[in-house]
Amino acid sequence: MNVSLDWRNIAVIVVLAVLVALPLYVAVTGDRFMLTLFTRIIILALAAMSLNLILGYGGMMSLGHAAYLGIGGYAVGILAHDGITSGFVQWPIVIAVSALFALVVGSMCLRTRGVYFIMLTLAFAQMAYYIVAGLARYGGDDGLTIYKRSQFAGLIDLSNKVQFYYLCLAFLFGGLYLSRRLINSRFGMVIQGSRSNDRRMQAIGFPTFRYRLAGFVIAGTMCGLAGALLANHTEFVSPAMMYWTRSVDLMVMVILGGMGSLFGPLFGAIALLVFEEALSQVTEYWQIILGPLLLLVVLFARGGIAGLLTSGRHG
Amino acid sequence: MAEALLRIEGLTKHFGGVVASDGISLAVPPGELHALIGPNGAGKTTLIGQLSGEIVPDAGRIRFEGRDITALPIYRRSALGLARSFQITSLFLDFTVLDNVALAVQAHDGHSFRFWRDAREETRLREPARAALARVGLADRSDVVVANLSHGEHRQLEIAMALATSPRMLLLDEPMAGMGPEESARMVKTLGELKQELTILLIEHDMEAVFALADRISVMVYGRVIASDFPDKIRANAEVRQAYLGERETAGGHA
Amino acid sequence: MLLFLEQCLNGLQFGLLLFLLAAGLTLVFGIMDMVNLAHGSLYMLGAYFAATFAALTGSFVLGALLALIATLLVGMAVELIALRRLYGRDHLDHVLGTFGLILFFNELVRLIWGPAGMNLGLPPSLNTFVEILPGVPYPTYRLVIIAVALLVALFLYVVVMRTRIGMLIRAGASNREMVGALGINIKLLYTFVFGLGAALAGLAGLLQAPILTVQIGMGENILIVAFVVVVIGGIGSIRGAFIAAIIVGLIDTLGRSFLPDLLRLMLSKEAAATAAPALSSMLIYLLMAIILVLRPEGLFPASGK
Repeated sequence: MNVSLDWRNIAVIVVLAVLVALPLYVAVTGDRFMLTLFTRIIILALAAMSLNLILGYGGMMSLGHAAYLGIGGYAVGILAHDGITSGFVQWPIVIAVSALFALVVGSMCLRTRGVYFIMLTLAFAQMAYYIVAGLARYGGDDGLTIYKRSQFAGLIDLSNKVQFYYLCLAFLFGGLYLSRRLINSRFGMVIQGSRSNDRRMQAIGFPTFRYRLAGFVIAGTMCGLAGALLANHTEFVSPAMMYWTRSVDLMVMVILGGMGSLFGPLFGAIALLVFEEALSQVTEYWQIILGPLLLLVVLFARGGIAGLLTSGRHG
Repeated sequence: MAEALLRIEGLTKHFGGVVASDGISLAVPPGELHALIGPNGAGKTTLIGQLSGEIVPDAGRIRFEGRDITALPIYRRSALGLARSFQITSLFLDFTVLDNVALAVQAHDGHSFRFWRDAREETRLREPARAALARVGLADRSDVVVANLSHGEHRQLEIAMALATSPRMLLLDEPMAGMGPEESARMVKTLGELKQELTILLIEHDMEAVFALADRISVMVYGRVIASDFPDKIRANAEVRQAYLGERETAGGHA
Repeated sequence: MLLFLEQCLNGLQFGLLLFLLAAGLTLVFGIMDMVNLAHGSLYMLGAYFAATFAALTGSFVLGALLALIATLLVGMAVELIALRRLYGRDHLDHVLGTFGLILFFNELVRLIWGPAGMNLGLPPSLNTFVEILPGVPYPTYRLVIIAVALLVALFLYVVVMRTRIGMLIRAGASNREMVGALGINIKLLYTFVFGLGAALAGLAGLLQAPILTVQIGMGENILIVAFVVVVIGGIGSIRGAFIAAIIVGLIDTLGRSFLPDLLRLMLSKEAAATAAPALSSMLIYLLMAIILVLRPEGLFPASGK
């Protein structure tokens, strides 16, 4: 891949530099809110990136991706509630549970196509939603407060806002690198080929189902980890974090940033959350602007931010 | 006769009340270019669909190298060496030409649970792909995005992708459909070279090409094979002339 | 046993309400191939309009009629301004665009009516009970809902099966190109179908208003249930939507009222109390998953697809 100095690359470099330097700015200005906001942005960007793997590259339109945020979050919350606060125990369990859920859901949903796939992924996410809402022991509808963040034997202190920020950023960078390797690997070619023309993929000899399922599981696991981060960030989990509208939020980030582009979800998450924040300063009724704006993006800017930057390069 | 590479026995398929395949039996020995002709709606594409595994027959058997493949899924047939090209171009439009063919190579180079190495830098995928492109005359177009190719180039790419799966047998569904005379001539030349090494089942409406290339010809009408013989005999067969060639002349007369 | 009968009636009533929502959804889905998440917003608007107009006019029936007309107009306006530009796009665009509409309508309602919910009182004549069996009283208004919804179902049946517009709708649901080829003014047909669906959603909302609190976001939950109905019934099929709606309504209602007792027979009291609410909420989604695994196109796939 050639790194040339076009608008897209410049934007990526600037954004990454800003993210790395942000705690410095916060240290100077004392603007703690920025740190909180951007920690959240980075975590949701990680979740959106995982969705982009299957949605943007794999063409799998999951309308239940927020379920993994909730599953990862609840794995941390439930363990912490029962006194298991070690991250070395919590996080492998997060990975195992979200991978298992994705495996079960994917193996059923991927047998269907189109609208039926959308609706089935939605149905499973709703089931997960009602399961956690029914956990009376763990707060039920009201959610569950996490009194102690994940402990990593003194290696890193998640209660320290700056350390936690850099941990999230490390996950984001790791996720970006992993995605890039994945997309360009043989596996990634199969996933993308199957999005483009699944029938032909089978005709040339690929059993595409198992690759699509593997992609689905990888994305679910990645989003589960984002959920674990989110739970540590907010110190609270509730069924609301996996409601279907949250899944659409993740989709919005992917589309806004540019589907099937590596950095798109990051751009999308920043754009959406910063915009929300800015609008809510202006008016209490900011969604009355955001809603039609989304519609306009869908109608007139299909490539998202990444698409705009690319077309800017051509003139 | 030597043991057939592809043997079809009593293949039958109904769609609602329509009989698309009516007890078709056919044997293609290794090395033969067998052409399948017949008027539109005779059930040729349905037959190819059953051979490649996209359509499940109601009755009958398909044997490939003596092995019963009637119930095998599509990708397993491809792995055995049965490759098909599509009548309606079916490619990865947003990929480059080379990526398309490299995917076909990759399909037959072990499993694809390889998550790390850049597939576009693997010579064992790219080299065979380039070779297949060279054979159909698309070598200089390898970096073009497929959506930007001409129709004729799409057809050539179809063949290259089938070739790249290192097949033992090609199922070609109207490879010359919609081609101009020049492109057709090039395709005939390509197919003529391929038949030296491969067994081919060819569906084609271009009679000139069929009679130039085919070792044997089968004629299908209303889901049945009404004749299966050497080109000269087919040309002379009265039933065929009436059922098919005659109709073609009439159709030509109106056009 | 009497409780069971009462719950069956409740289930039937819920199912028929779902049908009102699902009918418009399945038509828009089948004919325009459009996933319309904003359908729930029209349901919400129907309820708000009804509460407002009933208060203004002092008449429940008049308020309901005005609300119906208002939702119809809003629905057609939404179609004309925004949604018709989304036909032919992929489903992802539909989901995002109509989600934008949800945000818009929720906020608009908050702006106009405030964040607190509203209540729509029943007129005294409807706020009564009928003895459906000796010694079994049942709310009159719920019977009214059942009657109204059944009438609408009959009306839809007549429109779709017996009129020229219905013929076009049926043709459009199974073969869009063909209707286009007939030289019909497709755009007008689409606006009409969309308006019809909107009015039905509004009707569902206004009928539901006296039973529930009228509040922001009331459409989001029931929208998903309506989608479940559409998918189970087979996309584009009114008949499928009708049968699926009643199945879903009965299963959901009966599940919620009897599952706790059933589970208590099998599990410990504590385990049953934990599992019952989750399981009864999940039932309809489980049903959909099972049906899609067995019949990937739903119970009554629209013909010709």
